[in-house]
Amino acid sequence: MDITSLKAWEMKEKILNKEISSRELLEAHIKKIEEVEPEINAFITLNKEEALKEAERIDEKIKNNEELGLLAGLPIGIKDNIATKNLRTTCASKILENFIPPYNATVIEKIKANDGIVIGKTNLDEFAMGGSTETSYFGPTKNPINKNMVPGGSSGGSAAAVGANEVPLALGTDTGGSVRQPASFCGVVGLKPTYGMISRYGVIPMANTLDQVGVFGRDVKDALLMLNAVTGYDMKDSTSSKKSDLPISIDLNERINYLEGMTVAIPKEYIELGPSNKEVQAQFDNALKVFENSGAKIEIVSLPHLEYALETYYIIMSCEVSSNMSRYDGIRFGHRAEEYNTLDELYKNTRTEGFGEEVKRRIMVGTYALSKGLAEESYKKALKVRTLIKQDFDRVFANHDIILSLASPILPYEFNSVINDPIEMYKADLYTVPVNLAGLCSMSVPMGTVDGLPVGLQIIGDRFKDANVIKAGLGYERAVL
Amino acid sequence: MAYKTIIGLEIHVELATKHKIFCNCPNEYGAEANTLVCPICLGLPGALPVLDKEALEYGIKAGIAFNGSISNIIKMDRKNYFYPDLTKGYQISQAEIPFCDGGYIEIELEEGTKKITLNRIHIEEDTGKQLHSEDGMTLIDFNRAGVPLIEIVTNPDINSAEEAKLFLDKLRAILKYIGVSNVKMEEGSLRCDVNINVVNTKSNVKSNITEIKNLNSFKAVVKAIEFEEKRHIELLEAGSNTDRETRRWDETKGETIIMRKKFGVSDYRFAEDGDIPPIKIAGEWIEEIRKSLPELPHAKKERFIKEYNLSDYDAGVLTQSKELSIFFEDTLKYIDDSKLVSNWIMGDVLRRLNDDEIEIEESNLKPKDLAELLILIRDGKINNNTGKKVLKEMFDTGKSPETIVKEKGLIQISDEGALKEIIEKVLSENEQSIIDYKNGKDRALGFLVGQIMKASRGKANPQLVNKMLLEIINER
Repeated sequence: MDITSLKAWEMKEKILNKEISSRELLEAHIKKIEEVEPEINAFITLNKEEALKEAERIDEKIKNNEELGLLAGLPIGIKDNIATKNLRTTCASKILENFIPPYNATVIEKIKANDGIVIGKTNLDEFAMGGSTETSYFGPTKNPINKNMVPGGSSGGSAAAVGANEVPLALGTDTGGSVRQPASFCGVVGLKPTYGMISRYGVIPMANTLDQVGVFGRDVKDALLMLNAVTGYDMKDSTSSKKSDLPISIDLNERINYLEGMTVAIPKEYIELGPSNKEVQAQFDNALKVFENSGAKIEIVSLPHLEYALETYYIIMSCEVSSNMSRYDGIRFGHRAEEYNTLDELYKNTRTEGFGEEVKRRIMVGTYALSKGLAEESYKKALKVRTLIKQDFDRVFANHDIILSLASPILPYEFNSVINDPIEMYKADLYTVPVNLAGLCSMSVPMGTVDGLPVGLQIIGDRFKDANVIKAGLGYERAVL
Repeated sequence: MAYKTIIGLEIHVELATKHKIFCNCPNEYGAEANTLVCPICLGLPGALPVLDKEALEYGIKAGIAFNGSISNIIKMDRKNYFYPDLTKGYQISQAEIPFCDGGYIEIELEEGTKKITLNRIHIEEDTGKQLHSEDGMTLIDFNRAGVPLIEIVTNPDINSAEEAKLFLDKLRAILKYIGVSNVKMEEGSLRCDVNINVVNTKSNVKSNITEIKNLNSFKAVVKAIEFEEKRHIELLEAGSNTDRETRRWDETKGETIIMRKKFGVSDYRFAEDGDIPPIKIAGEWIEEIRKSLPELPHAKKERFIKEYNLSDYDAGVLTQSKELSIFFEDTLKYIDDSKLVSNWIMGDVLRRLNDDEIEIEESNLKPKDLAELLILIRDGKINNNTGKKVLKEMFDTGKSPETIVKEKGLIQISDEGALKEIIEKVLSENEQSIIDYKNGKDRALGFLVGQIMKASRGKANPQLVNKMLLEIINER
């Protein structure tokens, strides 16, 4: 049996039962990484030596019968836009190619405190801008299900690493679907908790009012394990919530049917939109039947402002991007152009050389949208529409536990097929971005394949009702297994 | 022709909090470059700002002291621009909703009290400091990056250099009273930009507004305003006008020099900060802060007039600086004579402080020592002139008046036996003066007193000398 194909919680049981040591588990994963990485390219930087030291430390704890943290020696992949002390953190960008942070993100501190092992930094679209991991300065990641296809993005490296058994668990970030969509593409579980559930301290921002750390695992139980290890209020992040001082406690007894009596909303706007691929729709319809047969109550609802979600998202996201990217100026850290005569040239040349096309595109759009005279009609109006979208969801969640939709209306696609058409890539975001605009929680759970490619079911919950989403996911998983 | 000058000020005040506004780095002046920094104030990627409660409290204190209305919501915005001393490519500041709206400061003019109204006060972070080396290198010290600042913006209510000076004096005094800032222009904890233009009161023709930067003393503010007033008027008189531009004050040349012309309006692309969600301010907290404020200069002046029977002018001078007013009241704890103490502080003490260009708290003088000195004078142990000399020695050495008097043997001779001996001796040496006095020349008496004081090396009690001298002469 290949130990790397087990679920994280199964590995954890083996470690706790002393069937396997943390070092053995780590070495098995390192071997797997060495085997598949030349093709998959899920990692930008590996942390083998430090990881081995950590594994030995944890084995020492086991030997001494000390109590282990939640992650009990499990190897974990970290999206490379999360700061790791003394370990290169690039955001898959040339401008941070050699950036070594002198500090850990709060989530990294929590992983360490829970005896998890950071095995390496995973690939992403440059600064998390993209949906295919193709805009990475370090080359694209391949989808482990079909290596001709993209793994999705922007957390494509983390999703692929879990899918290819390089790690059992990984962290990603989700600004407009960057955890859920790659989870859907790679056939794994991807959970984006409520905004504020996980500290953003040390998470390099793309659009800071939308960004949230998310988790990847092979099943819902894995995702819950990872979430509980990193959630919690952090005084270093003013946007983190005191409500998130959990862990979420859910009875994992297999015989409980969490779908019984659950109230499920289906927005008619998504039904009308529909995926162009009928088989993808059929998969979703099947999933609905599973919910219905298990005793869930399904109702059609309306999110009237959904039609403005994309424009709203792109304006707010770009405006925040333009501001968040300003610190990469070549003055204090990161890449600095070698040739310049004036200060302006230093800025221009550094940023021209350091940023890729997609990053530049978003900086340009955001700078334009925030400029005097336009901000009223674009940025400020978008903030108002964002409130309306939030209110749409509030109305639905007043009477429903969860909302169901596709995680992505499109299947994983071939490399270079969409990147040349940014508008098409943006459109697929309609299923995921409203969740970020409203700060909700949401999870993508595998629901079968079409043409051998995975399709994900998106379960959306109200703010700080992450437990509902997890229960729905557990219920669905049990019903289809 | 008659011109009216129109001046608005923008004043940046560094708040003397323990920590920087968004991180835990110490807020200190003068440390070695780049030693008071962390990922947050250096703007390293992923580091997040957390608003310091003390900074907000200090800001609100100032807002209340300047009679402004405190917003019940604190919202932080990003002011986007590129500059090497700005670590994040944006400054976290306040755009549409400042924490304090309106307010005013009253200044005393000869024609009465004038209210200078404030437009707003907002809170923000300071930037780093650029240092240019002789070989053309630019070095940046980020110790100042993230120091809390408030920006006080006045309405264009100020009409002369003198009014500007009075306004700034008052503003500084109030900030010192409430203890929220060191308000030292030379250390940059108080910085002032001037917006100025003139209007012809007959034709209503206005000059274009000039902004003056780089003013590092109140004197410079006064001189720059006077220089600009003249320049604006001269240009209008010549049928020309000023350009919309930013100028800086050149201290050595004594003139303003153009820095840059203003084309259009600058665009800072303000946006919500997002990392610091809006904070609701409880009315109780504002009330608590209001109650914690010390007595402000105006109220203290009124009290001094009533309680100590001082003149309006004296009370004004004594309350202009918080430290001076405390010094005055502390001295009164040891000697119950407000007139005497006020006279000495207003006279010799302030003269000395002005000469040394220092504040009372920076001098060697202690309230208890001044009181002791005044008691020595009042009790006739030393005379007034000796007292002045002792005070000088106290400033120079910090010694107590009694030590000085003892060391120098300055105790006044009030012993009649000893005095009689000196008087007799002087009279025997100046027979002619006795004759002159008896022949009606009163001046001769003055001469004799002088000789006696000299012979006693200034220690003779003058009142006693006068009395005894007359008695002895008349007996002869």
